Amino acid sequence: MTRDMSEVWTYLSTRPSDAGWLAWLIPTVLQTLALVIVLLLALAFLLLFDRKVWAAVQMRKGPNVVGAFGLLQSFADFFKFVFKEIVIPASADRTIFILAPIISFVLAFIGWAVIPVGPGLVVSDINVGILYLFAVSSLGVYGIIMGGWASNSKYSFLGALRSAAQMVSYEVSIGFVIITVLLLVGSANLTDIVMSQSRGAGILNWHFIPLFPMFVVFFISALAETNRPPFDLPEAESELVAGYQVEYSSTLYLLFMIGEYLNIVLMCAMLTILFFGGWHSPIPWAPLDSVPVFWFGAKIVFFFFLFAMVKAIVPRYRYDQLMRIGWKFFLPLSLFWVMLVAGVLIMFPGAQDWFQSWRG
Amino acid sequence: MSVAVIAFYVFSFAILASALMVVASKNPVHSVLFLISTFIAAAGLFVLMGAEYLAMVLVVVYVGAVAVLFLFVVMMLDVDFVELKQGFLQYLPFGGAIAVLVVVELIMVVSVWAFPTDADLALAHPSPTAAQTVADPNGPTNIEAIGLILYTDYVHYFQIAGVILLVAMIGAIVLTFRTREGIKKQDAAAQVGRKREDGVELVDLPTGQGLS
Repeated sequence: MTRDMSEVWTYLSTRPSDAGWLAWLIPTVLQTLALVIVLLLALAFLLLFDRKVWAAVQMRKGPNVVGAFGLLQSFADFFKFVFKEIVIPASADRTIFILAPIISFVLAFIGWAVIPVGPGLVVSDINVGILYLFAVSSLGVYGIIMGGWASNSKYSFLGALRSAAQMVSYEVSIGFVIITVLLLVGSANLTDIVMSQSRGAGILNWHFIPLFPMFVVFFISALAETNRPPFDLPEAESELVAGYQVEYSSTLYLLFMIGEYLNIVLMCAMLTILFFGGWHSPIPWAPLDSVPVFWFGAKIVFFFFLFAMVKAIVPRYRYDQLMRIGWKFFLPLSLFWVMLVAGVLIMFPGAQDWFQSWRG
Repeated sequence: MSVAVIAFYVFSFAILASALMVVASKNPVHSVLFLISTFIAAAGLFVLMGAEYLAMVLVVVYVGAVAVLFLFVVMMLDVDFVELKQGFLQYLPFGGAIAVLVVVELIMVVSVWAFPTDADLALAHPSPTAAQTVADPNGPTNIEAIGLILYTDYVHYFQIAGVILLVAMIGAIVLTFRTREGIKKQDAAAQVGRKREDGVELVDLPTGQGLS
């Protein structure tokens, strides 16, 4: 079974550059389709998982009616959203109003193009992979700000402004955290970043150990970047009803929601790749290492569980506290760590050799 | 026609069309959105040139940060279109003069323009092209090539640019910063350092009597 699958993927991932563009286009389209389908299906169950965790913390049962244990709840919700009427406010800017959720949705997907889910299992293995991911996640703000403005409603607009300020602020510290990892690895390619965390000692080589404070900063910044509680101020229902998406209904709202959750999963994937060794198993033992995709998925689910727990147990921050943490605490801390890591690597060439011994 | 050529024409057309729409669209917010699509198409052209690092930096810096703040400001501005149109005729002579000046300059530049040969390009650009990176996978990548030039030959220009940006940032803060009297500010350290004893007091109340 596994051999067959790997053969299929080898066929899909061969790109003979001299065989013409059709030989490149067809496998790429098939790979992309496979990734999108897997992501959407996984997302349906992750959504349910999120709600179940949330319910368990509050000693409720959560969705348990549709399908066994409520497994099909997300699909029921999906049909409910799709069959409802799309309401567009009379004073809205129609084009941008419809464009905004589509942009949100598409941007959440295109980041996955460079995510390596296993050795060689990546749609596009580009040299500047991590920069591409950073660029895509920084574009995510447009869906929100366009949606908020186009709705022509004060609640939406305030939510969009809050969101834009919040995402721009936390992007800065995310950028610096990424730089600390890049300094250790010496490459911006995501496959290289994962390979650099397998130097023979399993979990001890993962970057979350030398860069533990940066891992925490990245995790909290990821919460803020994806507008997740406790930083969900753009949609703080006690103040802004539902923030930028207050005027959205049915499919357009669904696109926003899928985009938002997919961004969260993408952030979990970034955490996995940057700090938790990507597809490597915690113990470098051949039978364990033979299921790379399982480890990658398991780590993503683990981080998603952490996201869900944070949502369930942490109260919402005040807006000035949010900005204070971002600019006065995370930014100086991550900047200091960039200096520290660069200084250590220059001062002790042995450390650099040790961290970059994966190059072989 | 290869895929790269088709992509080049698509991106170029997108740049020209959206640049035109930046000027032509009536709503300033639409203008900024078209500006963003111009940036993204320009990033696509960078990728076609093999300058993938520049493309990503263009998207991160200009689209992800600068244009967001543009959009921020433009959305908050209360633009009165009637007033804008009234001023149009008044400023037409100046605007026309500047436009003519720019066109003359452009003609002067383009008239002496000689298209570089491949040898000139190779001489002028020590950084590897996409074709070279494919041919020599162990050579410097785009990022390494830029770093090797930027932090050695041009390190002083690079640092001067950084200082200029820092001065501009401090200048903007100095210009807009004002201390306001009589407003209540939250002191996070005091809030965190607050103890239970400071705020709660347990009092034994005799039945039927209030606390004076």
